[in-house]
Amino acid sequence: MPEKTLTPPTGSATRKRARPQVRLARLRDFALIPAIIVIAVVGQIVNPIFLQGDNLINILQTMSEISLLVLAQTIVLVAGKMDLSLESTFGLAPGVAAWLTVAAGSGAGLGLVPGAWSIPITLAVGALIGMINALLIVRFGLNGFIVTLGMLIVLRGLLTGISGGQTFFNLPSSMLYLGSAMWLGVPASIWLCLLLFAAGIVLLGFTKYGRALYAIGGNVDAAKAAGIRTDRVLWTALVGASLLAALGGLLMSGHLASVAAGQGDGAIFTVFAAAVIGGVGLNGGKGTMFGAFTGILLLYMIQNVLTLAGVPAQWIQALNGAIIIIALVLSRLTGGKVQE
Amino acid sequence: MAADQAPTPLAEAVDVTKRYGETVALDRAGIRIMPGQTHALVGRNGAGKSTLVSILTGLQAPDEGEVRFDGEPAPRLADRDAWRQRVACVYQKSTIIPQLTVAENLYLNRHAAFVNWPDLRRKAAALLETWSVDVDVRLPAGELDVEQRQFVEIARALSFGARFIILDEPTAQLDAAAIARLFARIRTLQEQGVTFLFISHHLQEIYEICDTVTVFRDARHILTTSVAGLPHAELVAALAGEAAGLAGASSRTAVPAGAGVVLGVRGLAYGDAYREIGFEIQDGEIVGLAGAAGSGRTELAETIAGLRAADSGTIEVAGRVPSPGSVPDALAAGVGFVPRDRHHQGFVPMMSIADNATMTVPERLGEAGLISGRRRDRLAGTLIANLAIKTPGPGLPVMGLSGGNQQKVVMARALASDPRLLVLITPTAGVDVKSKEFLLGKVEETAAKGTGVLIASDELDDLRLCDRLLVMFQGRVVAEMAAGWHDHDVVAAMEGVRLDA
Repeated sequence: MPEKTLTPPTGSATRKRARPQVRLARLRDFALIPAIIVIAVVGQIVNPIFLQGDNLINILQTMSEISLLVLAQTIVLVAGKMDLSLESTFGLAPGVAAWLTVAAGSGAGLGLVPGAWSIPITLAVGALIGMINALLIVRFGLNGFIVTLGMLIVLRGLLTGISGGQTFFNLPSSMLYLGSAMWLGVPASIWLCLLLFAAGIVLLGFTKYGRALYAIGGNVDAAKAAGIRTDRVLWTALVGASLLAALGGLLMSGHLASVAAGQGDGAIFTVFAAAVIGGVGLNGGKGTMFGAFTGILLLYMIQNVLTLAGVPAQWIQALNGAIIIIALVLSRLTGGKVQE
Repeated sequence: MAADQAPTPLAEAVDVTKRYGETVALDRAGIRIMPGQTHALVGRNGAGKSTLVSILTGLQAPDEGEVRFDGEPAPRLADRDAWRQRVACVYQKSTIIPQLTVAENLYLNRHAAFVNWPDLRRKAAALLETWSVDVDVRLPAGELDVEQRQFVEIARALSFGARFIILDEPTAQLDAAAIARLFARIRTLQEQGVTFLFISHHLQEIYEICDTVTVFRDARHILTTSVAGLPHAELVAALAGEAAGLAGASSRTAVPAGAGVVLGVRGLAYGDAYREIGFEIQDGEIVGLAGAAGSGRTELAETIAGLRAADSGTIEVAGRVPSPGSVPDALAAGVGFVPRDRHHQGFVPMMSIADNATMTVPERLGEAGLISGRRRDRLAGTLIANLAIKTPGPGLPVMGLSGGNQQKVVMARALASDPRLLVLITPTAGVDVKSKEFLLGKVEETAAKGTGVLIASDELDDLRLCDRLLVMFQGRVVAEMAAGWHDHDVVAAMEGVRLDA
């Protein structure tokens, strides 16, 4: 690491290399498309059900909730931070809503407020968690990784505490709606997931705010020098990410018609894997929302193919881990740069 | 050319003082830059150049004194936009965001709420076209080389409306052809009405490109004069000062004739850093390797210490040829090493003095890879006593020590292996005067026991105790001087100027 050779490449050489690299850089966004096509073909060979509409909707439905965590994490990663606590927010936010709205006597519910409050409560809890994270990371300058690791444990514990380790059932109907409704014959959560990703692509790629995130993640001093209010941008990114996690949790609860004490437990690993496979850098400033989407899509397609192939459920976890590592190796080979 | 122009300077700093704690970085210093000039600012390390730049660009406020642009007081520090319309600086350290494209870097945070990429690229391309910078705006900025990056940063500065640009050692990382292209561009821009403040370590560049020069020394303004008609010797004298430094250079006795050769270097070359290097060091001899930053002296010293592998040539230490680029092998051959930057390579800040000082000699601390704490502390104890490190005990983390004592720990580590050859790079950088004298005294003491010493530095005080001085400039040894050299000669050789010009 002290071996930094101070020999810049000569001008003519870089200019010659320049053109093809532009194309490569653009193609980087679509790097996973061939892999997705291959998996689709393999899936179709393994089981002709694979490409049928029902199965595709099934894949999208299964990934829709967790994909909101990927969306949220991508925003935070691009800005050069990390938020591990998203998976606990995913459980705690709907958990608190259920706790306050589910009638007393049914499990751990308190029945303090009418069911119509459940969605505002979910989102408010999400926003509050985001603000605590931002306060500690941005305002007090604490290490984001450790702060959100601590938050992950605290929030998980809070959910276990309020639920007594039980699962909340008999959720109010407003909580069930988004996770279970069908719009135009397709689950509402799929529509929401696709819409939010489309919005995310626009946000990161085409807005001043999104480009400010990249600038901060790439070189925070240069971003400041360019007049970007870095603290404010980071605050909104962290709060927005927590809000998205809360929304994802709401979809999950509606889908399952319950909030388990372990909702979202362990999801953060899949989230990071999807983001990194999709080309989002862990050090900030790198990656696109579209890439992140292809990352999570690829992971869930592979899982689906394995299930269709009759791989015993006990083995899927090990295979998942292996797939993540193989995907990283492939992106190292195609991207060519050392991943830090 | 300045004679018929308006007398208002484009930018000026008047009686500026800036202190950092006890250190006075600028002492009632000032500079006046007239419109259309290319003005050089020179001074040796610690002269206050960087502080003046940060004050002129509005990154810091002076403690006393005032900055004016076009005769009007400078804007508030918080008003970045106003500053950027007046002055821009191309720092040695890049202020671009490597992951983003050139186009986006040029217009960072200056677009509307929604980004229109084709339009942005067009505007960026047009901007670069205006200033004839030939760079593809779609490239990630991280893929530009230093030269292209500088041009892009200059273009960005101009796009804010600034017509006064500070170039902070722009040539330090460029090769000769790129320097020529940079100078051509500076001249073109100058004709278009852009004013430059040019900071450089290389005096011949100033004669080539600048019309006025200001010299700073020891936080003070020394002189401002027109470059034409300024004899080289006078400029060097202003830089070096009068008889600076510690006296009593040669209390040392000459190395006895017929002493063994501890270091033999033949035909060494390494990339762009240095080439055709050959010299010898005898037992007990202290040899100085003088050279400005970027002269290749650091790379050469690091090669001898095993941190780098030379492209060609051989290094022989005490009759052995250590495998190139291997620090363990260099250590085994008897090389003790004080690296350039103690914070990066010198010590592990959170580990104790004992651990740090004995890091190079684990085999003396116990058998079979185990380390005996008692033996370590005993050895560390002798080292601490030997180097007079001020500490309550060997267990204190190194980061708790003052700069001078930290450097002594690094020296202790180098001496722990009883080296046959000691390689030191800027061994007294950032330490107080007393520690400095002590460390250099220790070097002499070590040499007196028969160890050969190589000191790579641009600090004349470090080099004074040397028996012999090799001066490097742009990767070559350009001069060899015996003890008793004159300060001016060394500075001139390091800067690559001839005094008889």
